[in-house]
Amino acid sequence: MALYKLKINGRDYRADVDPDTPLLWVLRDSLGLAGTKYGCGIAMCGACTVHVNGEAARSCVLPVSSLANAKITTIEGLSATGDHPVQQAWDETDVPQCGYCQAGQIMMAAALLKRNPKPSGEEIDTAMAGNLCRCGTYHRIREAIQSAANKIR
Amino acid sequence: MKNGTNQSRRNFFRQAATAGGGLVLGFNWLETSGSVPSIVNGTASVAGTAADAFDFNSYLSISPKGIITIFSPNPEVGQGIKTAFPIIVAEDLDADWKAVKVLQAPLDTIKFQRQVAGGSGSIPHSWKRLREAGATARQMLMQAAASRLNVPVAELTTQKGVVVHTPTGRKLTYGELAADAAKLPIPADVKLKDQKDFKLIGQSIKNVDNLPIITGKPLFGLDFYREGMLFAMVQRPVAFGLKLKSVDAATAKAMPGIVDVVTFKNSVAVVGKSTWQVKKAREALKIEWEKEAGTESTADHNKLFAQLLGQPDATVRRKDGNVEEAFRNAAKVVKSEYQCPFLPHSPLEPMNFFAHVRADGAELVGPTQTPELARNETAKLLGIPPEKVTVEMTRMGGGFGRRLKADFVLEAVEVSRLVKAPVKLIWTREDDMTGGSYRPAVRYRFEAALDVQGNMIGYKLRGAGINAGNSTRENNFPSGAVDHLLIDSADHKSPITTGPWRAPVTNFLACAEQSFLDEVAFAAGKDPVQFRLELLDKAKKAPVGEIKYDIDRMKGVIRLAAEKSGWGRKKEVAQGFSVYFSHASYVAQVAEVAMQKGKPVVRKIYAAADCGVVVNQSGARQQVMGGIVDGMGHAMYGNLTFRDGAPEQTNFNSYRMIRINEIPQVEVHFVDNGIEPTGLGEPALPPTGAAVANALFKATGKRLRNQPFAEQEELKGVS
Ligand code: FES
Ligand code: FES
Repeated sequence: MALYKLKINGRDYRADVDPDTPLLWVLRDSLGLAGTKYGCGIAMCGACTVHVNGEAARSCVLPVSSLANAKITTIEGLSATGDHPVQQAWDETDVPQCGYCQAGQIMMAAALLKRNPKPSGEEIDTAMAGNLCRCGTYHRIREAIQSAANKIR
Repeated sequence: MKNGTNQSRRNFFRQAATAGGGLVLGFNWLETSGSVPSIVNGTASVAGTAADAFDFNSYLSISPKGIITIFSPNPEVGQGIKTAFPIIVAEDLDADWKAVKVLQAPLDTIKFQRQVAGGSGSIPHSWKRLREAGATARQMLMQAAASRLNVPVAELTTQKGVVVHTPTGRKLTYGELAADAAKLPIPADVKLKDQKDFKLIGQSIKNVDNLPIITGKPLFGLDFYREGMLFAMVQRPVAFGLKLKSVDAATAKAMPGIVDVVTFKNSVAVVGKSTWQVKKAREALKIEWEKEAGTESTADHNKLFAQLLGQPDATVRRKDGNVEEAFRNAAKVVKSEYQCPFLPHSPLEPMNFFAHVRADGAELVGPTQTPELARNETAKLLGIPPEKVTVEMTRMGGGFGRRLKADFVLEAVEVSRLVKAPVKLIWTREDDMTGGSYRPAVRYRFEAALDVQGNMIGYKLRGAGINAGNSTRENNFPSGAVDHLLIDSADHKSPITTGPWRAPVTNFLACAEQSFLDEVAFAAGKDPVQFRLELLDKAKKAPVGEIKYDIDRMKGVIRLAAEKSGWGRKKEVAQGFSVYFSHASYVAQVAEVAMQKGKPVVRKIYAAADCGVVVNQSGARQQVMGGIVDGMGHAMYGNLTFRDGAPEQTNFNSYRMIRINEIPQVEVHFVDNGIEPTGLGEPALPPTGAAVANALFKATGKRLRNQPFAEQEELKGVS
């Protein structure tokens, strides 16, 4: 066990955990930030997507010891009130079915739009192909990303 | 109006004034249990008034401020029930949807019925009672307004949470009237709205949990946290057919954060302070397993299928006419076999549950499609009365049938009992994929006898399953439309556990049957749509035996799908047709395949669905789109194989699921017929596989008879 300082959603956190603990479990078990989901633990589903220094990352395979000085954003920090354009588009398009994958989808989409504010359909598919939705909400995910992109413009 | 003590016909409604002076109505409400609900994740506060102001024996309450709280008793698994149920209540109440707050009710078999998420049965079961709940409250509010304004009830109307006196325009809000209305007797006969006056039902209404979902609130079972709880993971036998021989837990126990390692039945549980620590310690367990039954491989199953299909004895499920004679007299016989593999359910939230076994009972919290089963099994295991077990349902990250079982609940209970602490049991994805209760592997053999005109005069189906039970649905189409028919099944008992998987049996049977009918139509030289319509005409004119589907409704979706897809009129794409009746709803689909760089690509799927009244357009459309994505994904890619009793795929790196770049366009149409609504959680899935396979056949000339399609030679050969 060791003490780690983390900068998450603009706040300072401390966690006393084993160095190999993935960020995902630090968020969920130690810090009470359960919005970031577990789906596979091997970077194959995207449910655990967060932003590390502004880029999308799979928190299930990021050891906490590798995150000194990193700026981390989770779904709770994207916008606590749900007014980020991507969150708004998700609500307006009524994307969530069971909802479990959606925090990861939203974080992935937000990172995509930051990097590429006008993605083509193909670019959306490529960026989002790592995020599984078992309920099959993919059509609405596409639609919501397009509508968020229109709004951001 | 009748007096409250002179109960209505079925003793349906009773009333109680809440502590806060609001009106509470419930179904089968007997007496106040006095227990204040502990709402999962504290969502009770959204009601706008103190949580203890509401009596829990109710479906709906109205606060003096006009906030209408509607309790949704059925588990929410992504089927949208937590939104659909309140819409139905609010419709006949004439509530202002913006003032409605929805809360998940815990398990309560006295107040509620059928708190189950499964079989697409929630809506048909509850449609009438939910409407009556709303209408009764509305009538009481109008009565209260009539007394207050001293006018006849007949002069009053309601709109959006307000009672209006039409002649004078005077208005009273439901909130203002709630306290008075609560004291009134229960009306025995309430008038339900005319469908043409519906304001909410049939609209697009957003998921009531959108905001907490998109802001990452802890809604799901895996998110549940209780101060002082321990985390647990269970090591189960690594293959089906093995049992526990010995455990050396010394290393695991000595690892940081580990509180205990306990053994029950054939399982070893590691209990500790965090998920990661118990996961690592579990890997450090040294366990020996020994055989207790045969350990089967997929290759064994393939041999078994041949045996089961070939053996003379099988359980006869339906027999009409003289099938042997029909085949002897046939001008043409078509014969084909279709096979599907085992599938895990793979809800994105793996199995998990919270249990706290105390001396005086047990508390359960978590994702379950069958809270009552969870409670009863827990009571049985602990040897206590079911009343001593409470169950709160969290939102579920999908279920697809896996959470109809209680095995994972009982694991949490066992561990909590053994370590004497509140425990959250967590399955990893690997546990979820290898932990059993799969969609069974099945192989079907179909035979059709045609006369000289190409009419299907004989039909034979044998289902061979591995732990599939009756792998047929003997009364489904085309039964009733064929004079001579024989449907039977044979099953192999395997240590590999199986269970219901979204649209049980029909999830693959529909694919096989609708593909086979396509083959028969082709052999008869008939258009596949025309061929099906002819069979239905025959079933109408000269029905054979029992017919369990509505012929006209099935024709309705066939025609609608054909019309919307421009069936038979498109040159640029190859179309495939499929129609299926399951879980009381009818869905027809047309898939379109185009060749792209020499490869067939499924471009688009049209769906025509008849589920009666569409309660929520947005939710219903998504159920159909999601069902199609699910149906196509599993038909194309899903494959769980076994070697010596162990699943060979353990996570999403080796088990393939459909992704966003692999989906076709989907266009959904509903039949608008005003019939009482039926479910939609399952019926859109069964037809998809065949629509896709039939379109692929049209495009490539190759029949895909085995799933997963993507791994078949027929598709590989196309380039
Ligand atoms: S949990 Fe991290 S990608 Fe699946
Ligand atoms: S909404 Fe259920 S997994 Fe995506």
